[in-house]
Amino acid sequence: MEIVQTIKSAFTAILANKVRSFLTTLGIVIGVTSVILLIAVVSGLQTFITTQIQGLGSNLLFVIPGRVGGARSPGGIQENKLVYQDALNLKMKLAGEAEISGAVQKNATLQFKNKNDKGAAVFGVEATYPKIISIKLSGGRFFREVDQQAARRVAVIGQTVKNNLFAQGQPLNQSIDVAGQKYTVIGILEPRGSIFGIDQDNSIYMPITTAQRQFGIDRLNTIYIGANNSSNVASVQKKAIAILKKRLTEDDFTVQSQEQTLSTISQITGVLTAALGGIAAISLLVGGIGIMNIMLVSVTERTREIGLRKAVGARPSDIRNQFLVEAIILSGFGGIIGIVLGVGISLIVGRFFTTTVPWWSVLLSFGFSTLVGIIFGVAPAIRAARLDPIQALRYE
Amino acid sequence: MTLVKLLKINKIYNSGEVKFQALKNINLDIKKGEFVAIIGASGSGKSTLMNIIGLLDKPTTGLYELDGQDTSRLKEDNSARIRNKKIGFVFQSFNLLPRTSALDNVAIPLIYAGVSEDKRKDMAKKALEQVGLDDKLNSRPSQLSGGQQQRVAIARALVNNPEIILADEPTGNLDSKSGQEIMKIFQELHNQGKTIVMITHEADIAKNARRVIKIKDGEIT
Repeated sequence: MEIVQTIKSAFTAILANKVRSFLTTLGIVIGVTSVILLIAVVSGLQTFITTQIQGLGSNLLFVIPGRVGGARSPGGIQENKLVYQDALNLKMKLAGEAEISGAVQKNATLQFKNKNDKGAAVFGVEATYPKIISIKLSGGRFFREVDQQAARRVAVIGQTVKNNLFAQGQPLNQSIDVAGQKYTVIGILEPRGSIFGIDQDNSIYMPITTAQRQFGIDRLNTIYIGANNSSNVASVQKKAIAILKKRLTEDDFTVQSQEQTLSTISQITGVLTAALGGIAAISLLVGGIGIMNIMLVSVTERTREIGLRKAVGARPSDIRNQFLVEAIILSGFGGIIGIVLGVGISLIVGRFFTTTVPWWSVLLSFGFSTLVGIIFGVAPAIRAARLDPIQALRYE
Repeated sequence: MTLVKLLKINKIYNSGEVKFQALKNINLDIKKGEFVAIIGASGSGKSTLMNIIGLLDKPTTGLYELDGQDTSRLKEDNSARIRNKKIGFVFQSFNLLPRTSALDNVAIPLIYAGVSEDKRKDMAKKALEQVGLDDKLNSRPSQLSGGQQQRVAIARALVNNPEIILADEPTGNLDSKSGQEIMKIFQELHNQGKTIVMITHEADIAKNARRVIKIKDGEIT
C-alpha cells in the first residue's frame, strides 16, 4: 500500500474519533508547549544577562577581593585586603596597556530641598572609569583627574536619582546632600535599566578620593581594568595577577574576565535549561504513553477490521504502517499545535519578561514528539500486524 | 481445468496436551467455473477447510495447489498477495467497515492491489452495479438492510475479479427472503463463469450449488 493511501486511511481513522484523538493529542500538545516555553524563558534570561554584561565592554577585567572558586569562599569571613595602593600599582605597571579604576561602594540617602532618595548606591570611582565601562551621559560631564586629585565634592547622578530629587527643574550645577555633605551635580547618566532586579539608575558616581574621605573607607570593592585592545585581555589578566601577588597572596583577590563571567552564567542557564526541559520532557513521555494506550484500545476495537483487511490482501507490514502512521500523525499534530502554542505564549510572556525561542528548541520538541509517536506507536502497530486473520474475523 | 487441488490434507490443532484433528486426509478437486457447496454440521471442519482454501490457514500435512501453484511454501506476504488477486471472501457477518460508504468498503481490496484512487472508484462502482446496488454507493452499512450489506460484501469479493469466491455461511445472518436474493446473485455469477465455493450447514442453501460436498468429523463423506 502506497504511503499517500496509508496517510489518508490514518486521517480517516483519526477523524472517526475526533474527541478521543483530540484528548490523546493534548498530552503531546502540553508537553511540547511547556518544553518550548521553558526553554524560551531560560534562554531569554541568558540573552538578557549576556547583553547586560557585554554592554559593560568585552575588554573589561575586574579584581575583586577574596578567592572565587577556591577552597575558602569570599564573603564576610574573609578580610578584604584590596587597597588603593593595589590600583596604583596596576596603573603604573600596566600603563599603555590598560586603564585602571579602583572603586568603592556605599549606600547613602540623598537629599535635595525637601525631596530625598533613600538607599541610592554611591560609587567612588576614578576619572578613568568611563574609558573602561561604557557609560553614557545624557547631560553635563564626568569628573576629571583634577577633581579626583583635589577630592572635590562633585557627583554624576543616575536617572532614578534625577527623577526622585528633580521631578521638575534642572539638576546640573545644583547642590545635593549626600549623607550630610553638599555635592555639586556635574553630570547625568543615561538610563541603564535594572539587572537581577537591582535598579542601576538609582546610583551616583563621585571621585574615589572624595568617597573614601567622606565614608572613611580605605578598602576597595573592585578594581576595574580595561584592556586597550581586546587581543591582549588575557595577557593583561596574567600581568595583573603577577602585579597584585607582589603585595597580596592569591587567596586575597580574583581577577575575573567577562568571558569567565559569561561562561559561569551560561553554565548556570545550561543547567537550568536541562533541568526545566527535562521536567517538560517527562510530560511529553506521559503524552506518549497516552498515545500508546489509545492505539492499543484502537487495535482491540478494530480487530475485525484488521482481520478483514488481512483477508482481502493487506500484508502485515501494511497493517503495521497504518497504525504506526496514525500514532505519528497524532503525535506530530500534537507537536505542531504545541509549537504554535509554545511560541505564541512565549511572545505574550515576552512583553513582560525577555524570552527568546531558539530554533533548536522548536526542532527538538517537534522531533521528540514525533519520536514519541514512533516509539509508543510501534508496540500497538506490531500487535495489530501480528493478529491472526481467522481469529480477528471471529472477534466479538 | 483444476483451480483448487487438495491432496491428503490433514489439519491438526495442538492445544497443550490435547490434539484435535480438524481435517483428515482430504482429497478434493474444484474446477474453474464450478459452483460447489461444502455442507456439514458445526465442528465438522468445514470452516477449517475453507480457511485453508482461502490461504488464511495452512494444512499440517498435504498438498494444496491453487491455480497450479503449490502454496505450502508461501510466505505471509505472498499469500496476502494471492488472497488479494485470486480470492474473494464473503463472510457470514458481512464484515463491512462501519462509518464507511458502500463504495469505499468495496474498494478496500483494490487499495492493497495498488490501484489508483480514481480507478478504484470506477471498479467499485461497477462491482456494486453487478449486485444491483448502484443507487446505494454512498450509503453506510448502518443505513442498509442485512441483505443489502451482504450484497456490498459480495461486490467487495468481486471487485478484484478473483479466480474463486469463497463464501462462509453467506446467508447465516439473513432472513430467508434476503438469503434467496443472495443465492440468486450467486447463480448469476456462476452463469457468468465464476468459481464459487460456499460453506453452509443448511441443505436448502446447498441445493443452489451444482455440486455438494458433505463433510463430517473432518472427512469428506
